[in-house]
Amino acid sequence: MTEREERRFAEVPRESIKLMAESSGVELSEEVAALLAEDVCYRLREATQNSSQFMRHAKRRKLSVEDLNRALRWSNTETICGYGAQDALPFRPLKEGELFFVEDREINLVELALATNIPKGCAETMVRVHVSYLDGKGNLEPQGTVPTAVQSLSEDLLKYYQQITRAILGEDPHLMKVALLDLQSNSKIAALLPYFVYVISGVKSVSHDLDQLNRLLHMVKSLVQNPYLYLGSYVRSLVSSVMYCILEPLAASINPLNDHWTLRDYAALLLSHIFWTHGDLVSGLYHQILLSLQKVLSDPVRPLCSHYGAVVGLHALGWKAVERVLYPHLPAYWANLQAVLDDYSVSNAQVKADGHKVYGAILVAVERLLKMKALSLTLAAEGSGAGLPGTTTGAVSFRENSPGLSPPPEPLSEPPLGIASHLQAGGAGCPWEEWTPVSLPAMYCELYSFFGDSLAVRFSTGLPLGGVPPPGPCQPLEGRKEPASSAPNLENTRKMPQLTASMNISPRQDGSPRMEPQPPSLAATVPGRSLARSSSSSVSRSRSSSSRPGRSTSQSRDIFPKARFPLPQAGPPAFSFIIGGRQMGRRCQGRRFQTSFSPTPPLTTHPPRAYAHKLPVIGRVSKPVRRWTCSHYSLHLPL
Amino acid sequence: MCLWCRIRQKIPKKKKTYYAAHVMTPLLSAPGKKMAAVQDAPMELDAEKETKPEILSDGTSNLSGNTASGTLSSPPLTAGGAPKQEDQQTLIAVLQFLRRNKLTESVEILRREACLEDQEDSQTLDGSGGGKGDGDGGDANSLLSRVSIASAAAPQSTLTPIPVKNDQPDVSVVLSAYSQQGDPSLYQVYYSSLKNFIESVLDCHRAELSQLFYPLFVHMYLELVYNNHENKAKAFFEKFSGDQECYYQDDLRILCGLTKKEHLKGNEALLDFRTSRFVLRISRDSYQLLKRHLQERHNNQIWNIIQEHLYIDIFDGMPRSKSQIDSMSGSFAGETRREVNKAKVFYGLLKEPEIEVPLDDEDDEAENEEGKPKKKKTKKDSMGSKSKKQDPNAPQQNRIPLPELKDSDKLDKIMYMKESTKRIRLGPENLPSICFYSFLNAYQGLTAVDFTDDSSLLAGGFADSTVRVWSATPKKLRKVKSAAELNLIDKESDDVLERIMDEKTASESKNLYGHSGPVYGVSFSPDRNYLLSSSEDGTVRLWSLQTFTCLVGYKGHNYPVWDTHFSPFGYYFVSGGHDRVARLWATDHYQPLRIFAGHLADVTCTRFHPNSNYVVTGSTDRTIRLWDVLNGNCVRFFTGHKGPIHSLAFSPNGKFLASGSTDGRVLLWDIGHGLMIGELKGHTDTIYALKFSRDGEILASGSMDNTVRLWDSMKAFDDMETDDFTAATGHIHLPDNSQELLLGMYHSKSTPVTHLHFTRRNLLLAAGAYNSQ
Repeated sequence: MTEREERRFAEVPRESIKLMAESSGVELSEEVAALLAEDVCYRLREATQNSSQFMRHAKRRKLSVEDLNRALRWSNTETICGYGAQDALPFRPLKEGELFFVEDREINLVELALATNIPKGCAETMVRVHVSYLDGKGNLEPQGTVPTAVQSLSEDLLKYYQQITRAILGEDPHLMKVALLDLQSNSKIAALLPYFVYVISGVKSVSHDLDQLNRLLHMVKSLVQNPYLYLGSYVRSLVSSVMYCILEPLAASINPLNDHWTLRDYAALLLSHIFWTHGDLVSGLYHQILLSLQKVLSDPVRPLCSHYGAVVGLHALGWKAVERVLYPHLPAYWANLQAVLDDYSVSNAQVKADGHKVYGAILVAVERLLKMKALSLTLAAEGSGAGLPGTTTGAVSFRENSPGLSPPPEPLSEPPLGIASHLQAGGAGCPWEEWTPVSLPAMYCELYSFFGDSLAVRFSTGLPLGGVPPPGPCQPLEGRKEPASSAPNLENTRKMPQLTASMNISPRQDGSPRMEPQPPSLAATVPGRSLARSSSSSVSRSRSSSSRPGRSTSQSRDIFPKARFPLPQAGPPAFSFIIGGRQMGRRCQGRRFQTSFSPTPPLTTHPPRAYAHKLPVIGRVSKPVRRWTCSHYSLHLPL
Repeated sequence: MCLWCRIRQKIPKKKKTYYAAHVMTPLLSAPGKKMAAVQDAPMELDAEKETKPEILSDGTSNLSGNTASGTLSSPPLTAGGAPKQEDQQTLIAVLQFLRRNKLTESVEILRREACLEDQEDSQTLDGSGGGKGDGDGGDANSLLSRVSIASAAAPQSTLTPIPVKNDQPDVSVVLSAYSQQGDPSLYQVYYSSLKNFIESVLDCHRAELSQLFYPLFVHMYLELVYNNHENKAKAFFEKFSGDQECYYQDDLRILCGLTKKEHLKGNEALLDFRTSRFVLRISRDSYQLLKRHLQERHNNQIWNIIQEHLYIDIFDGMPRSKSQIDSMSGSFAGETRREVNKAKVFYGLLKEPEIEVPLDDEDDEAENEEGKPKKKKTKKDSMGSKSKKQDPNAPQQNRIPLPELKDSDKLDKIMYMKESTKRIRLGPENLPSICFYSFLNAYQGLTAVDFTDDSSLLAGGFADSTVRVWSATPKKLRKVKSAAELNLIDKESDDVLERIMDEKTASESKNLYGHSGPVYGVSFSPDRNYLLSSSEDGTVRLWSLQTFTCLVGYKGHNYPVWDTHFSPFGYYFVSGGHDRVARLWATDHYQPLRIFAGHLADVTCTRFHPNSNYVVTGSTDRTIRLWDVLNGNCVRFFTGHKGPIHSLAFSPNGKFLASGSTDGRVLLWDIGHGLMIGELKGHTDTIYALKFSRDGEILASGSMDNTVRLWDSMKAFDDMETDDFTAATGHIHLPDNSQELLLGMYHSKSTPVTHLHFTRRNLLLAAGAYNSQ
């Protein structure tokens, strides 16, 4: 006991006291040194005990030099200086003698002052709040460990999960609808998210079953739309599932009767939806996706349906993606597509039909590209005068125009994803190193060389630019820019061989879905109005060549030559379709349209479908789809 | 009209005597009225009657009055001592000391000023003695003189170069008793013979008599040291220190370092031990046994010590068991005397002010919103009737003057009621959710945290002397515009309150600079307009949360102020510090209104009772005291903790108190009966935060061990049936049911819990600094 008690404290030996005294020039007798040593010990202990209360009140476990100094200060003793550093002070013995000292290195102040590695300032003190425990239960693991979903699943959640998956993947469409709706709005399913994501990742195993794929995609949509879910890293998994549906040559597409096109359209739409609503989560993915799309597009071995997927995928990612990836790649790709389309052998019929699909998809994509580019030019020009408001109103109007289920509004300014950079980095299919923006007219000319009037047709109808009515902001541009830049080009384009087609069909009686939908950007357009416009197209086109400044109505679209369509007459549903002419391009040999049809549809039951395989301009036909599905991607002709 | 104005009017000319009796002044302004007002407390009244004239007259006379102060009779065993004589002794001792040190000039001065100093002395004594009247009885003088040194002389000691001058007489008085003791070489024999005796008695008595070991051991050791028998003292210590209870280890550690008479001078802890009588509670049988033994053996040495330095509280009945004794002991100065906790405490809540009209409006709105008119109505009615009935245990509404409600306070009350209807009812089946506010990058050291009652603001005190205020809501903190700018705004406009705010200053947090030492305590005023901070620099500062500037620095403690707390009604606040006293302040006074003296060591934490009539303090001496704000008396004295107390919390109904200490235990106390009613074991480190849920069903405790624990306080309170017998004797038997009462334990990763708060809807907020090491 006695020894233990004594050894509980460090003692200062009298030798140390003597040494200290000597160093300050005082000679101490043995007795005095012993007394002093004892007193020093006691005082040290006392100071330590006093300092511990400062530690306790500072709510620390570690006694600091500062604490001791405070205790010393309150007992009217001089404080000790120079030991405030956080680092441990090494206490070393001297080899020669029995001397111990605190290592005190010399610091070269010059070096310190000129050092280039300036230490970072410490971050601002802040408070962060997080819910540690819900209802006092749920996760009993220590904070910081991520609770595994398995453990935190309650009985109810498990039941919910089973019911929902059963309903969605089951046969009853009504049940599925209810389940999807709940999935979209349920606020308590965060714990189930990994499960659902896992289920969705099963797309690869059901690639033969279009129906199931569709259901899974719907599930993705519901999850994405659920405002209470934070997708976090699961969004990658979802995107990859969606990409699978867009790009992969699905087992289901072997059978031409399967409408895998709709699935791809839907998936592409979903992709764009994810990007515009969860942009913050997937921004890193954008490049990857662009690259993979480009890769597919540039791979001639891939089936056409994959190419189709790549095109609609690019289209879904926005017009800039189209401009940067699809447009530069088009000349190379065109040759392949041309070959397919020009092969009239019977064995090639199916492939050719697919080729038409791709053709149509590209057409839609470039159309949007041109429109958006024109709009951006308008707004850019206007921006110099009107500043921000122009863009904002534009964006707002976009938003207003988009119906609930349509692809989300696409602002003119893309998110800061930097398309060019990645293409340079991994530029497998990129023919040039540095991408230079092509001027709108030049782009149009080039595209026209591929598509001919089928492109022009698309611009002869509908409202000019993304549904923004032309009056107001558009006007200044018309006056200033058009006459100068586009007039000569227009002269050229006008000389190009034109495709003429005439048809006469009553939109009302068809009942085919391609008739009712309008692209969301054109949502404001009333059918009657569009018809009226197309009726006046030839007139306006002739006007456009003269391009008189000061014209105030719908001039922005005059930049594009108009197809000469005869007035569609309302009347009995009669098909009369004549396509003729020869289109010569600069880059390719030209696309010959010498198809002629018998005036009566061969298949009465599915007339549109029959044409779908033969028409150079392909409509989304096979079965009635939801409005938003076909609205943007279906290549409907404004017949 | 502000509160102080009213007080002023009542006591127009008392300034002169203020220092002499300022402990009693403002709140006791109209004694006649008060007496008429206090009806159900005759005992209290008597005490007041007794005390008042004495203290007022004491200003000129000497110390004699103090012995009779308070509600307690003088202790039976002591001779009481002659205070006057003792005081003269002190003076003589000073003179002797001065002469010895050849400070002749000082001697002259002292002699000349002898009378004057005498008076001054007594005045300071009164100043701190008011709160002390709780029954330190005959010993009060020496104790008081010591306190006067702590509170009054200490500042001098920091200023004058020879602080010894003040200490010296005191020490010699205190220790003089030791000088006439018997043969030191026989101490070991005495002690071991007593030890043998105690070990040989019947089991039932042994536990009780074992209590004697520790105080006897300490006193004998100190006597040896004092009489310069260093080696004998060491030997004595070595031989017997192992026998002491483990919870005295900390004290023994201090003791064993102390081997020289000189050391005794500066060691306040041991002075405390000497001056306060160690209280033991022993049954009459055991006591008789002991007495007989000591008389038979003629063991006068020990008998003398018992007579002089111990206070044996004898009770009739069964001797207590070991566990019963252990649960109550552990404090610095023994147990509580039974009679100390007999005073009546009005622990009930004050009647809620009736805010009728707006409440109805709100209710109507709520009805419209939720479409459950019937349910709402019944709820409202029950609430109304509840508030109308006066709680029999509640103090008079005007027992202490409280500030009048402002319009904004009424609005806040309405908000509170509205929120409380949406409150989650907690229980063992329904535990609260916990939100953790982690302070990141708090390299400077987070020392204190407080939330406003509505959880909208969060304040942190830091070791680098700063106080930081954060907004816990999206609403940013804004300052009021400068005076020049304020002149420009339209004062008639409806949104003038909005207009006075300077939008440019909006930010998530604001720093408050002003202290010159670590900030150890922060407390928001209930109206969220002010913030208090107490610091090592000896001041308490009042900050405005409108301008984010310091308004007042309250100086008085002169030593580190460990804690401060606002009254639940605002205006008053309490602070406690290293000078061993707690002080009651009013925000518009630069002097304290009350000084609560009595703790033998630092006051580490202070809390206001929900009815604002009482203040509770916890101390390093391991005791808890409840003080009456009205008269400054200590009305409850709780022992049982084995370490310094660092957290206190009243239950929302005011009936119970929870205390947490460095020993990792939470103790529950019944204020009305003055009894310990529960012990919650589980934490492994100091408990720095305690909070009851809004309805009092759950007690949350937060500790340095990075956990928050939830306890079933309802069960703890219900389980303890306090019958008359236990209430009378104070012998409680605590069930060891901590595990049953523990409802949940929640870890943080590496964040000690420094503060806990229940929102008005019973969401638990915890706060602490993330510790990356």
